[in-house]
Amino acid sequence: MGSTSEFNRRDLVKRAAALGIVAVPAMSVLSACAGGGSGGDNKVEKGKKSARNPLAVNESAGLDVVIFDGGFGDKYAKDAQGEYLKSFPKADGKVKLSSTQKIQSTLQPRFNGGNPPDLVDNSGAEQMDFGTLVAKDQLTDLTALLDAPSVDDPGKKVRDTLRPGVVEMGQFGGKETWILYYAYTVYGVWYSKSNLRKLDAEYPETWDDMLALCAKAKKKGVAGWTYPGKYPYYLPFSLYPFIAKIGGAEVLRKIDNLEPNAWKDPAVKAAFDAYYELYKKGYVLKGSPGLDHLQSQKAWAEGKALFIPNGSWVENESAKQIAKNPHFDLAVGAPSSLSDSDKMPYGTLWASGGEPYIVPRKARNAEGGMELLRIMLSRKSSQNFIKQVSSLTSLNGGTEGLTLPPGLASAQVALQKAGQNIVNPRLQDWYVALQKERIGVGALGEMMAGRMTPDEAIKKIQKYADDTRDDSSVKKYKR
Amino acid sequence: MKHGKYRFIAGFLALPLAIYAIFVISPFVQAIYYSFTDWTGLSPDMKMVGFDNYARLFRDDVFWAAVGNSVTLLLLLPVVTLSLGLFFAFMLNVGGRRRRKAVIGGVRGSGAYKILYFFPQVLSVPIVALLFQFAYNPESGALNAFFKAVGLGRVQPDWLGDPQIALWCVMAAMVWANVGFYVVLFSAGMSSIPKDFYEAALLDGANRLNTFFRITLPLLWDTVQTGWIYMGILALDVSAFAFVQIMSVGPGGPDYATEVLPLYVYQKTFRDGQAGYATAIGVSLLIVTLVFSAVVLRLGRRERLEF
Repeated sequence: MGSTSEFNRRDLVKRAAALGIVAVPAMSVLSACAGGGSGGDNKVEKGKKSARNPLAVNESAGLDVVIFDGGFGDKYAKDAQGEYLKSFPKADGKVKLSSTQKIQSTLQPRFNGGNPPDLVDNSGAEQMDFGTLVAKDQLTDLTALLDAPSVDDPGKKVRDTLRPGVVEMGQFGGKETWILYYAYTVYGVWYSKSNLRKLDAEYPETWDDMLALCAKAKKKGVAGWTYPGKYPYYLPFSLYPFIAKIGGAEVLRKIDNLEPNAWKDPAVKAAFDAYYELYKKGYVLKGSPGLDHLQSQKAWAEGKALFIPNGSWVENESAKQIAKNPHFDLAVGAPSSLSDSDKMPYGTLWASGGEPYIVPRKARNAEGGMELLRIMLSRKSSQNFIKQVSSLTSLNGGTEGLTLPPGLASAQVALQKAGQNIVNPRLQDWYVALQKERIGVGALGEMMAGRMTPDEAIKKIQKYADDTRDDSSVKKYKR
Repeated sequence: MKHGKYRFIAGFLALPLAIYAIFVISPFVQAIYYSFTDWTGLSPDMKMVGFDNYARLFRDDVFWAAVGNSVTLLLLLPVVTLSLGLFFAFMLNVGGRRRRKAVIGGVRGSGAYKILYFFPQVLSVPIVALLFQFAYNPESGALNAFFKAVGLGRVQPDWLGDPQIALWCVMAAMVWANVGFYVVLFSAGMSSIPKDFYEAALLDGANRLNTFFRITLPLLWDTVQTGWIYMGILALDVSAFAFVQIMSVGPGGPDYATEVLPLYVYQKTFRDGQAGYATAIGVSLLIVTLVFSAVVLRLGRRERLEF
């Protein structure tokens, strides 16, 4: 046979050229992915700053918004967009709003390519990791927005109209605020006022009253508490503010910062002992360790147990079961006082933001993105959100004149009572594995099922926290 | 022409080999490569960290809990499933009372049983897992309701919520979901065994036990061995992952009682953003699987009976 393996020089050149044609675009794609800077400066020009336009939005520039299409849908954002167009009619036709459940897969290529949207609701299961976004300098500092006057009261900065803790939640150790949480969740002990009335009781403000009420309920065959034993990380919703109430917010701060022996604080022990007593005295619904969140909420809504640790979404999530009892009268309670020497007053509550909004660093119209957020934080848009999805927004107040569903109304009352005594443990958004699996399933669940004493649980949790601190693959935060 | 033979063969094999290399071999190699990096899975930035990930494995209690549970599944699941499958298949095909004319036959109504056994096979894994999850619900589930109904109201286990029995509960669901397939597989194998063998054995006065161990099992050995490997890999791979993920507390709990290797890989990659470490766990899973296959093939080797 001939020498098929040889080819002449011209072939070689041709092949090399062909390779080059394939390789060059591939290289540029790769570098676009890795570098991201190749997009160049394609920002729109700033508009004229005025009282009506404090952020100096370019009135005729387009706006590109991507919303997470989750439990809250996207209608509230579309409505706010309508308001935006009223302010800037010249932008008509150039404002685009899309909603998706796949935030990361939709947006990652755009971030990498340097052409991200102007405003993103970075939420849901495919949430992009905030630590990475901040560390890679992908976000716009929202300080300009926070210092702009609010839509409703030009004499007030947006910053001052927000609920306590919202601004801090959007910061990562520095002065810049990278995230604005739009929704607002209240955590605590959820109960039915009518079920308590049946026992001639009110919500117990002290732990002694709590135990007495549970004993009374037990005699009638009703359990005091239930919780989703399959997801024991619901317990902290009432347990963490309880710890803060006993020992002060400082204890939770130390826990969040993974400080050595943070969990050995006497307040933690006192709170754990109190909850463990619920189990030991038989005040926890039997079988709770094997229930998931929907099953435990069902048992609770059916009146098999009085109290459940949960967040304000429970009103929406259990709506069907609650509706079976038209006089259910859902309410949320703050952690009861353990003793007179508690460091924080009764009413201390865990409340924090949800639905994190970001303005990408490379957004073409970052001012427009922030302006839309400013509009969303107006009373009108905020009330629209509350009415549509039964959840509070980060705008402080703004519920006047609205008929709130019972749970949300009681959350509002609880927030007012708490005042500045709002705690916001960050374990659950900073160290997910530690909070949910290790502390939740590995220790709290075991303790409440009676398989571990509070001392053992604390020891185990402290070790988990230490392990996380020493784990170089986990990004650390401080507050 | 002799030296052209290999080239000729290679010509035919080139394409399939290339496809195999691209889609099967290269992911393995890549995974092994990533296991030496600190890749997060969220950004293309990564650097080599040598054996750090593997060193970390040795210190990771959760990893060892997962290994323990995976190996338990690996050892017990095939034994239980295949034994049940063999038993049922034998009863359906051979174990029945003798009827006129037919030399052997199944128990009465064996056709209906076959359909019944195979039924779980048409349900998808998540549905089976959910069904069992409802049955295990300690508050309103079928099992505890049954205990109450028969006067055992004091026995109310937490089932999936109890670390002592959670893994067994998950395993029971996996057996239930898989045994039907082996009943059908072994039934097919048994129907290809010549009836003369049974006839001769029966004439010699063999009972059911004898015919099973002397005729059925030896002639079915190849099928059993295949089933064994298949079941073992199922105990290590996505099926175990799906059952544990859906059914168990946490998931992976209570207290890591049901954590298995594939689930741990998933959690490390998609929840914790530690894809490099996850691939190291994946590589260890690969090793366990390979050792298992080698051991089974080695132990299962015996003289092939021809008929």
